[in-house]
Amino acid sequence: METAPKPSKDVPPKKNRLQAKRKKPRRYWEEETTLTAAGASPGPPRNKKRNRELRPQRPKNSYIAKKSRISRKPQLPKKPREGRNLEPQRSVSGAQDPFPGPAPVPVEVARKFRRIDKSKKLPHSKSKTRSRLEVAEAEEEEISIKAARSELLLAEEPGFLEGEDGEDTAKIHQADIVEAVDIASAAKHFDLNLRQFGPYRLNYSPTGRHLAFGGHRGHVAALDWVTKRLMCEINVMEAVRDIRFLHSEALLAVAQNRWLHIYDNQGIELHCIRRCDRVTRLEFLPFHFLLATASETGFLTYLDVSVGKIVAALNARAGRLDVMTKNPYNAVIHLGHSNGTVSLWSPAMKEPLAKILCHRGGVRAVAVDSTGMYMATSGLDHQLKIFDLRGMFQPLSARTLPQGAGHLDFSQRGLLAAGMGDVVNIWAGQGKASPPSLEQPYLTHRLSGHVHGLHFCPFEDVLGVGHSGGITSMLVPGAAEPNFDGLESNPYRSQKQRQEWEVKALLEKVPAELICLDPRALAEVDVISLEQEKKERIERLGYDPEAKAPFQPKPKQKGRSSTASLVKRKRKVMDKEHRDKVRQSLEQQPQKQEKAKFPRAQPSALDRFVR
Amino acid sequence: MRWKLAERSEASLKVSEFSVTSEGSGEKLVLSDLLGPVKTSSSLAVVKKQLNRVKSKKTVELPLNKEEVERIHREVAFNKTSQALSKWDPIVLKNRQAEQLVFPLKKEQSAFAPIEHVLSGWKARTPLEQEVFNLLHKNKQPMTDPLLTPVEKASLKAMSLEEAKMRRAELQRARALQSYYEARARREKKIKSKKYHKVLKKGKARKALKDFEKLRKVNPTAALEELEKIEKARMMERMSLKHQNSGKWAKSKAIMAKYDLEARQAMQEQLARNKELTQKLQVASNSEEEEEGVEEEGDLVPDAVNEIQMDADGPNPWMLRNHSRGTKEAKGQDPEQLPDPVAHEASESEEEEDRPGAEEETLLNEFEERRSLRRKSGLNQDAEPVSRQEPKDSSSQEVLSELRALAQKLNKEKNQSGKQNMSSTRTVPVVQREGPPKAEEEPLLLQRPERAHTVQELEELAKEGCFQNEEVPRPGREGQQTERNPNTQPGVPKEKKRKEQMIDLQNLLTTKSPSVKSLAIPTTVEELEDEEERDQKQMIKEAFAGDDVIRDFLKEKREAVEASKPKDVDLTLPGWGEWGGMGLKPSAKKRRRFLIKTPEGPPRKDKNLPNVIINEKRNVHAAAHQVRVLPYPFTHHQQFERTIQTPIGSTWNTQRAFQKLTTPKVVTKPGHIIKPIKAEDVGYRSSSRSDLSVVQRNPKQLSIRHKKQLKKNSVD
Repeated sequence: METAPKPSKDVPPKKNRLQAKRKKPRRYWEEETTLTAAGASPGPPRNKKRNRELRPQRPKNSYIAKKSRISRKPQLPKKPREGRNLEPQRSVSGAQDPFPGPAPVPVEVARKFRRIDKSKKLPHSKSKTRSRLEVAEAEEEEISIKAARSELLLAEEPGFLEGEDGEDTAKIHQADIVEAVDIASAAKHFDLNLRQFGPYRLNYSPTGRHLAFGGHRGHVAALDWVTKRLMCEINVMEAVRDIRFLHSEALLAVAQNRWLHIYDNQGIELHCIRRCDRVTRLEFLPFHFLLATASETGFLTYLDVSVGKIVAALNARAGRLDVMTKNPYNAVIHLGHSNGTVSLWSPAMKEPLAKILCHRGGVRAVAVDSTGMYMATSGLDHQLKIFDLRGMFQPLSARTLPQGAGHLDFSQRGLLAAGMGDVVNIWAGQGKASPPSLEQPYLTHRLSGHVHGLHFCPFEDVLGVGHSGGITSMLVPGAAEPNFDGLESNPYRSQKQRQEWEVKALLEKVPAELICLDPRALAEVDVISLEQEKKERIERLGYDPEAKAPFQPKPKQKGRSSTASLVKRKRKVMDKEHRDKVRQSLEQQPQKQEKAKFPRAQPSALDRFVR
Repeated sequence: MRWKLAERSEASLKVSEFSVTSEGSGEKLVLSDLLGPVKTSSSLAVVKKQLNRVKSKKTVELPLNKEEVERIHREVAFNKTSQALSKWDPIVLKNRQAEQLVFPLKKEQSAFAPIEHVLSGWKARTPLEQEVFNLLHKNKQPMTDPLLTPVEKASLKAMSLEEAKMRRAELQRARALQSYYEARARREKKIKSKKYHKVLKKGKARKALKDFEKLRKVNPTAALEELEKIEKARMMERMSLKHQNSGKWAKSKAIMAKYDLEARQAMQEQLARNKELTQKLQVASNSEEEEEGVEEEGDLVPDAVNEIQMDADGPNPWMLRNHSRGTKEAKGQDPEQLPDPVAHEASESEEEEDRPGAEEETLLNEFEERRSLRRKSGLNQDAEPVSRQEPKDSSSQEVLSELRALAQKLNKEKNQSGKQNMSSTRTVPVVQREGPPKAEEEPLLLQRPERAHTVQELEELAKEGCFQNEEVPRPGREGQQTERNPNTQPGVPKEKKRKEQMIDLQNLLTTKSPSVKSLAIPTTVEELEDEEERDQKQMIKEAFAGDDVIRDFLKEKREAVEASKPKDVDLTLPGWGEWGGMGLKPSAKKRRRFLIKTPEGPPRKDKNLPNVIINEKRNVHAAAHQVRVLPYPFTHHQQFERTIQTPIGSTWNTQRAFQKLTTPKVVTKPGHIIKPIKAEDVGYRSSSRSDLSVVQRNPKQLSIRHKKQLKKNSVD
């Protein structure tokens, strides 16, 4: 038997909501503490079990927004059911469903999951085609609603840092944050003093659980940084340029002075790849199982780590390569060059997909955010610029930094960290899909040495900084995605789960040649070969089977079907078609028209000097 | 005309008594004449009748040849069969469009039995159940058999069948009555007799009077009410002025009145009635009316004022120059005059107590309040730009001179560098844009990045001394802008435009962006920080160092554009039709004739983006994975693309959605025979199938109807 959910006994629900609105701005740690207080286990904050426990506690009233029903348009399969459900159903016992019908879904949430761009006009379609299109559209809408409804399961909210009135968040020291947060979070801030083996590069594993770092003087180590359990520590007796985890924490690629080496998590050398020599930077594309290496010799090499083959070795023709990043959205590799350009590469093409002139001096660092919309670059001209990567490649904002940024990195939620000398600055944007605003830094932190590597930890509000004095893990509230996909990258997975995931990921490996600037373009029909095949078919058959039959006037009675009138009718139709064609061609070339319309108003005598 | 030739007739010599000649008499001999006896006998009448019947019957036609008969049979059979089969069309269509088909078709109806039925067959077996049932039994709760008590059942049924029937009958009756009444009214309305209507009207009036009299005696209060009603009718009449000579009827009568006595009388009657109706009865209402007039005025005045004000504050101030000039004085005075709205309200409340007619006053006050508020906001807006400009002017004056010098330097350099020599005036703004940063202006500019500045505008700005454009220029947008409204600068030549683009590229990189006033400044820089001159020098140096970067990039881009352009095909054969030999070139005419120009391709994606080179080459490897054939019902690739835009993998969908998207098209049950569809399966009668089988079995045994059709066909 169902009954209406009772509001808490002493406080009516409305008042409760109002209070929630009026509540003073919380601090990041306040939320944390309440969470730990509510939860039973003292473990890490993201636990699916606890999410389930928390859910029923929420006041149900807050979800009800009848106006924001998404399915206002009639839907063929869904409508009748919904209509029936809307009126309160009477059960045998006489109890009434207080919330009849399916739960409402806010429009804007559902819109996030829409895939079909309805703004594009389609050419006229026949009824059979139209019915297919309608089915596809209805399906898409239904699916988007389902996806929006499942947003409810993402119970965790991102952390944040809010200054009191007029207080600059950049003035808040790490020590303050550590003091305020709970013990578990405070333990995530630590410093490793490793002055002996020079500046460090570091990398977190895709799940955010493991940390690998390599010192310039050969010190390589990997550890489970949450529990601080050391997995391996070796000295490769060679300069280490870069270090990167492969698809899981079990494999580790280290770019050493001479060649590229691959170690496992116990420090045993598995491979020495001699075809990748003098590598300066490493990037790993997890869905393609590709390890991209940029070398001093100017080659960008893609190594397929699942089969151990080199997929492509591309010559960038721009000298030494030491600035590289990946675009997580479309797996395109961005290279920064000394002539101020950034080039975009895919293993399928010998030439860069695009080249962008970003700085007057050489490019020092490049970073692309997780949505693939924004690219941050810093150059020798001490500028930090943010580019829009969606088609236009234009700078959105720029800022001159006192010493220029040598290292850049975007967090999962779009925070931008820049290492300048021994200072790390972090800028934040409005939300997830907005560029960071460079006016005011969100956080700053001074380190004991010069920054040599930056990496935001996935799924934890932590920024790892490698510098000449060791490693610093600093807390950056709101940096990481609060909800992780347990099937995709689960920080708490067991070894068995990891193995299973590995098999699945390998089965779903994306071919390297599918990397292109716009991945959505793959879902489009290859028009060029379509046209070509059509042409070939016409040649083979000798006629166009899909051509429109020429107009044949219908015979009419009472002497109106004379030859003259037939010809007249034919001509009428022909003329109309011709007019349409001309109109279309005119519409296609409006620019030429305008040019013709506005010639030079008054040619002056001085025009001859204008060149 | 034919003349009958005169014939000479004489007795023939050959006349014999045995032969009979038909000559002479023009009559034909008919068989019946011979057969008929001299005397009519009844016995022969039968024979005659038979003979007549035989005669009336035509001869039996030849039977059609075999092929023809067969063809007709086939045709008929085809028609019949197709008719029988066409009944299945909707089912076939439905099955084709169905998202999923489940076989075998005949499935057991999963009975949606009401819970009562399910429970009635259920018995408590385990001791726990029995105990529970005992408890229920003791408390006289309904258990299995009637799950609900009769009372509950009755309450569940909101309306019984009988009740519903009664209600329906009632409604029907009401509807019928209404329709009768309407019909009667229509009929009566159609009657044209004036006399009838007059009598009717008079009758009504008389009746009303009588009723009123009666009512006065019986119930005086009701009578008073009636009187009031009449009075109200009079007032309505007065308001509407129906009885003045402005109606259609009255106008026509006015024309007739000159000649027709009756019409004149009718008119006079009407006027009299008008006078009677429009007579003012109460003297007291006079003052009231006056007040009303005042009221209206009071309402109107603030409205008009508001309108003007709205327009002046509105989006187009140019249209209302005159208005604003007119109202300016009023504006100037108003703010002082207007007292506090709060005070007004206080006074309002007092006034309300004082006299009842204060509503207009409150209305007026409200209007004034609104007006004052609007004006205040307008003043604020006016004040803002002033405050914005002030700091600009102070700082910019100092910097301007410095920048001028810088610009001249830059110009010299550029003139030397050759290709990018630009007029000095044009570069000035470029450099002047590199003014020192201003933190408070930055957000404002960033908020509207669409605003594009052309060179001319910037020049003007620079002359005025307020420039400070820290916005990052967007060449692409700018180009579009100029294209969109060429009206604004019709005189800009094309070449200039191109140069603009180049300038923009320069701007793109040289724009001085605001520097960070960071809290933590890197230690190495801290020593240098105070030496601003040095900083500036370094910056200039960097600016010059970057010059060749841009040139290189432009050169590279030009090459890429050239390389991507389709090449023309030259088919000239030197020496063909001309003198041949060393050093001879084919004539220009020939070259032109044999040059096949390839059509210009679509515009490059980076056409309006000076700082970008986008590779236009096709990714052949990716194209191999793309769809290259349109499936059947689609005629255009865009239609098909729309249907495949939603991903179906479980990575992008919820579990339920994934299952729905990947449901199999056909589901079969293992171990079950899939029988062909039957008419009963889809709710048809089985007749169609049976007569189809008849036709198929023996097409030669046709019914009478078919035979008739056959005959008709053969005749045709």
